[in-house]
Amino acid sequence: KIESFKVTVDFLKVPLGLKKPPLKEALAAVPRPGRPKPLSVERHKPRRSDNMDNESQYSGYSYKSGHSRSSRKHRDRRDRHRSKSRDGSRGDKSVTIQAPGEPLLDNESTRGDERDDNWGETTTVVTGTSEHSISHDDITRITKDMEDSAHLDCSRHLGVSLAGALALLAFLTPLAFMLLPQLLWREELEPCGTPCEGLFISVAFKLLILLLGSWALFFRRPKAFFPRVFVFRALLMVLVFLLVVSYWLFYGVRILDSRDRNYQGVVQFAVSLVDALLFVHYLAVVLLELRQLQPQFTLKAVRSTDGASRFYNVGHLSIQRAAVWILENYYHDFPVYNPALLNLPKSVLSKKMSGFKVYSLGEENSTNNSTGQSRAVIAAAARRRDNSHNEYYYEEAEHERRVRKRRARLVVAVEEAFTHIKRLQEEDQKNPREIMDPREAAQAIFASMARAMQKYLRTTKQQPYHTMESILQHLEFCITHDMTPKVCGAFLERYLTAGPTIQYHKDRWLAKQWTLVSEEPVTNGLKDGVVFVLKRQDFSLVVSTKKIPFFKLSEEFVDPKSHKFVMRLQSETSV
Amino acid sequence: QRIEIHKLRQGDNLILGFSIGGGIDQDPTQNPFSEDKTDKGIYVTRVTEGGPAEVAGLQIGDKIMQVNGWDMTMVTHDQARKRLTKRNEEVVRLLVTRQSLQKAVQQSLMS
Repeated sequence: KIESFKVTVDFLKVPLGLKKPPLKEALAAVPRPGRPKPLSVERHKPRRSDNMDNESQYSGYSYKSGHSRSSRKHRDRRDRHRSKSRDGSRGDKSVTIQAPGEPLLDNESTRGDERDDNWGETTTVVTGTSEHSISHDDITRITKDMEDSAHLDCSRHLGVSLAGALALLAFLTPLAFMLLPQLLWREELEPCGTPCEGLFISVAFKLLILLLGSWALFFRRPKAFFPRVFVFRALLMVLVFLLVVSYWLFYGVRILDSRDRNYQGVVQFAVSLVDALLFVHYLAVVLLELRQLQPQFTLKAVRSTDGASRFYNVGHLSIQRAAVWILENYYHDFPVYNPALLNLPKSVLSKKMSGFKVYSLGEENSTNNSTGQSRAVIAAAARRRDNSHNEYYYEEAEHERRVRKRRARLVVAVEEAFTHIKRLQEEDQKNPREIMDPREAAQAIFASMARAMQKYLRTTKQQPYHTMESILQHLEFCITHDMTPKVCGAFLERYLTAGPTIQYHKDRWLAKQWTLVSEEPVTNGLKDGVVFVLKRQDFSLVVSTKKIPFFKLSEEFVDPKSHKFVMRLQSETSV
Repeated sequence: QRIEIHKLRQGDNLILGFSIGGGIDQDPTQNPFSEDKTDKGIYVTRVTEGGPAEVAGLQIGDKIMQVNGWDMTMVTHDQARKRLTKRNEEVVRLLVTRQSLQKAVQQSLMS
């Protein structure tokens, strides 16, 4: 039973995804924008990134719990999670934020390329907000909450320990029930033979099963911080608490006070508690795991900047859980966000800037005229003969041609490079100096394709994603596993198409902090037509829900013998 | 229009000098002469030159409604053939209709 309680503890840790105390973050965030520049000169990337990471563990605003002034209890629960998750978490979503920017620059700058990819994490502003819903509250309350975030660390610990205590209590209760009569009034007890032994064994095994079940179900690293308390888990916690309390109550009154002599009855009482806890565990399984498996809704996630969209089927989930689910899928489904690819070429845009001056003749009725003016400008601009689409088309075609040419050069260079090495066969006699391990082999052939690769990456604007180190590593990987470019282009596959975000170096590109914006409270379940937005600094994912329609399947029986055919006739007879 | 055809004797057969197509067992959509493609009536598909049918005034594309008083609008192809080629009949009287006739009737109705 303890397990189930530990479970509840742990799962409490999971949903309440608040961030760590912001204070240090706030301090850290301020000088941050200035940092990237000096970093670019440095070459000590690994060390610095460690530092960054350590700092970022304390970074990020803890969420403005003020949002849910509804209950103190909520806040406590929420806070509980933060402390635990801090340890958990290097892989977690919303724990570390804003670390990533610096290492990127370090790597890139050593190659001397210049670019302006301060995107995403480096330009973080003070708001290291974890996922939070700003549905009902305004910004002022957010700023007010910055002060109380300092307390949250302690309260988080408090929350975790409280849940742990409850779990422990629940687990030890049956044992206590059985032991107390033995300790207190052993002499008066009726001897209880085989039935009690049977009950003891059953208690032991049930506790073991509960332990294993709870371990399987609840002992998981938390995936994310949720802004609000997870309703089902809170419910289960309360249920368990009530259960244990009521059992103790009955026990105290009926057994301790009256010094019941029937030991078998006491043991049976304890066994019934274990059974009840097992059923609570079953309820937990159903509520937390099974209910959301059957798909009920289709979620459409659209990235706001370039329109990449996907559809997902989910079951009954609350909005915050659905958000986490979407994010998990986002990282392996959506092609990585490349801000360099978004802009129209400048030549196309510059032509549009010439405006119209609108003179208003007649009355000076400002309200009427403003809309009238804007409409007039727009109409005139539309009517004007505009050839910018032409330029856009030609620019696109030219770019396409350039990319294909570079790509062809790259493919040839890579293929040629791979022909220079081959796997060492046993029968070959080579002196040890010539035998290389994968890393050296990679370095040996890298030089011949480096230039082509670099040019290609620059043309497709992918160069922020691939550092020389990463290319070498990938090359080494491919060489080790015999993935030649001739067979399936496995080495090149990574560079030719923009893959999903998770393919790129984890620490850098996995921005783990997202903001959930929703009009409804995020613990509400999904319903048809719910729309929420997951924001990052540069782009956002707009998610809309549609209910999967109710299918009416009707049956039609077809007798296999009924498949008969005739010829279509059109005959002509002469008479 | 009522057409009277006198059969011509050729060897052992009596021939009328035209070909028919259609019937309730046939595919009406293949009929090039019918206006309504679900019409399963008997249509004249060919008229031999100089034959008794041409002499009597039968035209290609005519729909045969009756033969000697027997209805031809809901018969199979084979039944139609049989009705037309009865050996003991020398003369067949057909009731036919064609597009031009129908139009003329409509115009006269409207005027």
